[in-house]
Amino acid sequence: MQHSEAGIVSYGVYVPRYRITPAEIGQVWGVDGVAMGQGLNIERKSVPAPDEDTVTISTEALRVALARGRIDPQEIGALYVGSESHPYAVKPTATIVAHAVGATPSLTAADFEFACKAGTAAIQTCLGLVRSEMIRYGVAIGTDTSQGAPGDALEYSASAGGGALVIGRENVIASVNHTVSYTTDTPDFWRREGQRYPSHGGRFTGEPAYFRHVGECAKLMFKQAGTTTKDYAHAVFHQPNGKFPRRIGTQLGFTDDQLRYGMVTPRIGNTYSAAALIGLANVLDHAKPGERILVVGYGSGAGSDAFDLTVTDAAAQYDRSIGLPVQQYLDSGVELSYSVYAKFRGKIHMGEA
Amino acid sequence: MAIARFWRETPRRYNLGGSRCLVCQSVYFPPRTVCPTCSTHRQSIGKMEPLQLSGDGEVVSYTVVHEAAIGFEMQVPYVLALVRTTEGPLLTGQVVNVVPDEMRVGLKVRATFRKLREEGPAGVIHYGYKFAPREEAEAGPRAGREAEPAPAHSPDVSRARA
Repeated sequence: MQHSEAGIVSYGVYVPRYRITPAEIGQVWGVDGVAMGQGLNIERKSVPAPDEDTVTISTEALRVALARGRIDPQEIGALYVGSESHPYAVKPTATIVAHAVGATPSLTAADFEFACKAGTAAIQTCLGLVRSEMIRYGVAIGTDTSQGAPGDALEYSASAGGGALVIGRENVIASVNHTVSYTTDTPDFWRREGQRYPSHGGRFTGEPAYFRHVGECAKLMFKQAGTTTKDYAHAVFHQPNGKFPRRIGTQLGFTDDQLRYGMVTPRIGNTYSAAALIGLANVLDHAKPGERILVVGYGSGAGSDAFDLTVTDAAAQYDRSIGLPVQQYLDSGVELSYSVYAKFRGKIHMGEA
Repeated sequence: MAIARFWRETPRRYNLGGSRCLVCQSVYFPPRTVCPTCSTHRQSIGKMEPLQLSGDGEVVSYTVVHEAAIGFEMQVPYVLALVRTTEGPLLTGQVVNVVPDEMRVGLKVRATFRKLREEGPAGVIHYGYKFAPREEAEAGPRAGREAEPAPAHSPDVSRARA
């Protein structure tokens, strides 16, 4: 058993099987969906089945992570689920997930909410608990089944998916060398209590929000870690669409090759809290021991969390045969018409029962 | 009170928690406290141990539901199947990630975690196992298999096989 610095011991991903294209959405609203998709760099987005939600997606992702790492769920000391689409307003997602993987009752659990970065915030919390040796394993999950209002620009990107990371100190496949955050009060995107769909500041979500926080957080990381873009084999950014992460990556000086595996949104849409985690999982599916990875998440409201990771030798022996590689989720799927999508997502008023 | 009744069943619904008789090795789902197979039932008292089923199994029969039960209206037509689990017990469950025309006896399936039903928009949400084709569960959705969930409304599609 290899002991090392705290880091990722195992990971799992789940993306629902259904997809819809921007062209299909656009033809309903009288918009050139093809152009919309090209502008956002989104070819299609994932759609959950009517019986899938943040609880079920988180559970599927975590079950894969636990099986791959051969981790006894009773050794999990903390489990946090980050999402902005928890099924209950009051009643934790985390307790249901913990029970469904057999981790209860000797653990602490809670739900996190910070728009799209609740999952990366959960990673930091788990790192603290693991490094202080309060727990053996911590689980950080980022999952969403987010929705945009019908016809809104968000509807072309908001999708569903989940990523689960097990954080520990034994058999670490990617050690976390540094983590830093950059947080301000910036109201670029929100959803008020009781509202069905989120609101956003349109173009305000760009420069003062996403680009400022992700860019400044990455620079903080370079300063703390003493690194430049050349030190990283891979970079993963939060990806509300396929355009923003490429632009910030290029602005910071990363090449297309460094961004290649971390970009998943063009094929599955914006999975919100899961986006950075699924991008990281795709990198871990391909990364080789010794390679360094930069991850910068972003959550509206607003803040960024950055992680500097190094893939360890243990990654070479890590069993990826259980569950699906991320690439398969990117390549596969069953496309829906807008009408079936609207039915699945509860957008059709069914009248009073 | 449905909450308490369902809550008591969460170990089996969430994790396929069954039991095994240490005397004759028979496996039961839902779990039993006494083995009905042992010639003298008393032999098994205190010798029934919890056993979590793997979730792997094979379809031995199925039916396609067109007239939905309450709460399943969004999913018609959907498949209900009898699944012989690897450990032995026969389970009834919905099969997801499949269209009715692709169903067949002998299909290898694996348990998946899904929402079973909710008690209205303000009520408790119940979760538990359903099944998915094993190649789906392991290999996930495959590209280009069908345009979308088949609107299989022709009356001859409904079938139940013994």
